[in-house]
Amino acid sequence: MMALLSALTPLNAVLLVPALAIPVLALVGNYRAGAIINVIACALTLAAGLSLLFAPRLRTDLLIIDDFNIYLVTLTTFVGFTTSVFSATYIAHEIEIGRLTPKYLRFYHAMYQAMMGSMNVALVANNTGLMWVGVEVATLSTVMMVGIYRTPEAIEAAWKYFILGSVGIALAFFGTILVYLAAQDVLGEGLPAMAWDALAANSAKFDARLLSLAFVFLLVGYGTKIGLAPFHAWLPDAHAEGPTPISAVLSGLLLNVALYALLRFKMVMAGNQATLDVGAVMMALGLVSLVFAGFMLYRRRDIKRMFAYSSIEHMGIATFAFGLGGPLANFAGLLHMTMHSLVKSAIFFAVGHIAQVKGTQRLADIGGLSVTHPVLAIGFALGVIAIAGMPPFGVFASEFMMVSSAFPRAPYATLVLVFGIVLSFGAMVLRMQEVLFGEPKGPRGPVKASYVPMFFHLALALVAGLWLPEPVVRWFRVVAAQLG
Amino acid sequence: MAMMLEIALQGVQMFLVVLVAPLMFGVTRKVKARLLRRIGPPLIQPYRDLWKLMHKEAVLAHNASWVYRVAPYAAFAAIWVAAALVPTFATDLLFSWSADLIALVALLGCARFILALAGMDVGTAFGGIGASREMMIASLAEPAMLLVAFAVALVAGTTQLSTIAAIFVNVPVGLRVSLGLALFAFVFVAIAENARVPIDNPATHLELTMVHEAMVLEYSGRHLAMIEAAAAVKLVLYFSLVACLFFPFGMATTEKSALAIALGLATYLAKILVMAVLLPIGETSVAKMRVFRYPVFLGGAFAAGALAVFLLFVSKGF
Amino acid sequence: MSPLAFDIAHLLAGGMLVLSFLLLYQDRITAVLNVFALQAIALSLSVAWQAVVQDAPHLIVTALIALVVKGLIIPGALHRIVRRLEIHREVEQVIGGGPTMLTGLGLVALSILLVQPVKQDVGILTREDLAFALAVILLGLLMMITRRNAVTQIVGFMSLENGLVLAATGARGMPLVVEFSVAFSILVAFIVFGVFLFRIRERFDSVDVGALDRFRGERRDQR
Repeated sequence: MMALLSALTPLNAVLLVPALAIPVLALVGNYRAGAIINVIACALTLAAGLSLLFAPRLRTDLLIIDDFNIYLVTLTTFVGFTTSVFSATYIAHEIEIGRLTPKYLRFYHAMYQAMMGSMNVALVANNTGLMWVGVEVATLSTVMMVGIYRTPEAIEAAWKYFILGSVGIALAFFGTILVYLAAQDVLGEGLPAMAWDALAANSAKFDARLLSLAFVFLLVGYGTKIGLAPFHAWLPDAHAEGPTPISAVLSGLLLNVALYALLRFKMVMAGNQATLDVGAVMMALGLVSLVFAGFMLYRRRDIKRMFAYSSIEHMGIATFAFGLGGPLANFAGLLHMTMHSLVKSAIFFAVGHIAQVKGTQRLADIGGLSVTHPVLAIGFALGVIAIAGMPPFGVFASEFMMVSSAFPRAPYATLVLVFGIVLSFGAMVLRMQEVLFGEPKGPRGPVKASYVPMFFHLALALVAGLWLPEPVVRWFRVVAAQLG
Repeated sequence: MAMMLEIALQGVQMFLVVLVAPLMFGVTRKVKARLLRRIGPPLIQPYRDLWKLMHKEAVLAHNASWVYRVAPYAAFAAIWVAAALVPTFATDLLFSWSADLIALVALLGCARFILALAGMDVGTAFGGIGASREMMIASLAEPAMLLVAFAVALVAGTTQLSTIAAIFVNVPVGLRVSLGLALFAFVFVAIAENARVPIDNPATHLELTMVHEAMVLEYSGRHLAMIEAAAAVKLVLYFSLVACLFFPFGMATTEKSALAIALGLATYLAKILVMAVLLPIGETSVAKMRVFRYPVFLGGAFAAGALAVFLLFVSKGF
Repeated sequence: MSPLAFDIAHLLAGGMLVLSFLLLYQDRITAVLNVFALQAIALSLSVAWQAVVQDAPHLIVTALIALVVKGLIIPGALHRIVRRLEIHREVEQVIGGGPTMLTGLGLVALSILLVQPVKQDVGILTREDLAFALAVILLGLLMMITRRNAVTQIVGFMSLENGLVLAATGARGMPLVVEFSVAFSILVAFIVFGVFLFRIRERFDSVDVGALDRFRGERRDQR
């Protein structure tokens, strides 16, 4: 018994709680009980994730906890928890209107935990291969959830996500093999040649050409998951057709995990001077995504699809920042990832409420929200203001930091960056106006789901915009320095 | 004395291919007939046909020019020279230095060009269409053939046939996928070049399907005899090429003793006999293709040849 | 390494590449499935040979998985799907056969050019396997792009994945290879299962993924 308890370190708990919750949720027939168990499991995982902050750093051949991933684990478990709270109330309404059946919900909750667990695996893995497995399983479980409504659109979205995601993951795997091959001469055969810390510490001695080739595959592979522009085709569909809680975790978490994977590899590349200019490639892809998504935002008629494009945009911004590199830009990138997670999931919560009360996702059929549902309208407006990058929210802080650090170093690229940000700002404000004001359209029924997660996220984003606690700043600085 | 021996050996090689050619033609016909449950003509029938044609009157069209009359001899000569150069039972013969794979392709191209000219000379519809189709097939087959030549040359380091054969006999090159692919491509090319099924049917006189036969439809008498003999020699030439490039075992290389040469001759005859039996078996198992499918068929040969070359680059480096 | 060991590895890996080309060359779905099964068998032989050469008995497991799952079960299941859905007709191509083959040759050349400059001391076998594997991967991608049918897209993906397994086993002493091959098999099984699960045929009267394009962009019908 004692041995069992001592094995229950926070790290193990982060991985084991979701793993144990999967079979439980798959067996519990009552959907209300399932939702509650889901929330409890997420709360336990969050508690474990938070206690990781105070646990000692550690590394084994398979798992690692360092400054970089610990903050993402915390963020992931936190957003996972709030989303599960939102999901519990949201899903109850979906059952009432008959879009989902209790049988599907059992599956849904099990998959939710599978996704949370595999994302945690991907984050704490100290092995390129194990991380790959985590991302793969996370993708598979979200695919199942995207297709859960069984409408032709949902099936199309799931199939597209499935095929593109699989190809992406396959290419990323090839990149992983190439990195192993590059490391194998130096670190010897076996597990050490796949461990992050060993790779990053020794990359100067690796074959630069092999590393460059590997990075191309990794960029295309994980870039597909991040939703960077030429490889983004799955993202809007998957966001628009899946249940809204899934859109929230897709945007808020899975994209982050994929970006994290890419950044880990970038850290390896950064140690070797002879590789191709990884940063420039990432900056270019980031800007392409940003500007492309900025233009696409104007043509959207579906509210969830629109915010999906906004996710492409923000992932582009973060990728640009990390591509630029340097302490300040990396700091901005990390902050941006965090803020985007919080704000975008809050927006999807709001959008979920709106879609439920109005019974539609079409922007043209939603209007006058400020009259029909004032509280929801305030939450939505705050979310859109935050994501569009207006002060005093955290997204403004990160974007401001990014622009100011990028301008002296890459003035032309920064112009494009500013153009893209302004472009999407315009689209956001335009759409927000249509939704909030004008002739009230659609039903006026009360909101069934809980507002708490949405406002909680927004409050955090607001606080982060006004004042970042000293430990967080110090910590981001350390990670930013590691990223090179 | 040594000189005399070399001349004699070269002479043997030269006449061997011509003499054995109609026999091989007879073998393919006989096997094909037996596969179709017919008895088929005797093996020596091609010799008799040639003899008969030699003694018949050659009928010429009124508007036939000198090209028409010269073409059969010129084509036969070109093909014979080519066939005499391909190492059959021994390498390093007197004229082996000139037996270059690319020169060989050029000689065959010459023969084809002359026949195509002759086919168009009289101005009948069949000659024209036959010539144009023959040239189309040739234009598709030639790139594949050159890629095969490159692949083999990359392994052996030379395009000189005699040297290639000697290298393949004496130095183990191992199980090379690229050589297998090259063989595959080469067989496709050989089928197309020799007007065999599925590209063409040497036994047909059906208007819409014949290619080679349409081109030479107007010929008769001794001219036709030359053309038929050229076709038979060309078949043996391709057999010899396959034997020399891909199955060179048993050839007399450096040692020119009577035993080695006898062994070389015996294995050579056995090899081409096997191929003469395999060819009709392959032919009867497939149906003739439509003209529009030729590019796909020969494209496959091209792809195989190109792949062979690429694979060699991987394993050998640039 | 003895020349014979190298030659056999070369033969099997090269054979996989040739089979990839044959996959592109086929114009009937049943023939595509058969060629794919052959490729999976070639893969399993190749992996088994690597197990012998590298003295890594755990690779035998990977070889067996490749043989049983990809050589037998999945082609069998796909044959069933094809028969049940009555789609054994021709493979619908986005780009014609000739240009596809030429593009394929270009991709092979590209992968050789990419792998060629890699440092010599990774070993000629690894380097060659890498070039072959990359070519197989790119050809699999090409197949996914140029075919419209869901079944042929799956075959393209699995052939891509065969290339990955070839690369992973070719990399000397790579840990977790068996686990990866299991993970990939699950992925593939999911995909095959997905055709059933998503019932593309019943929803769209066809497994032609082009039918899905109707819903591209914005949803038009509203609930």
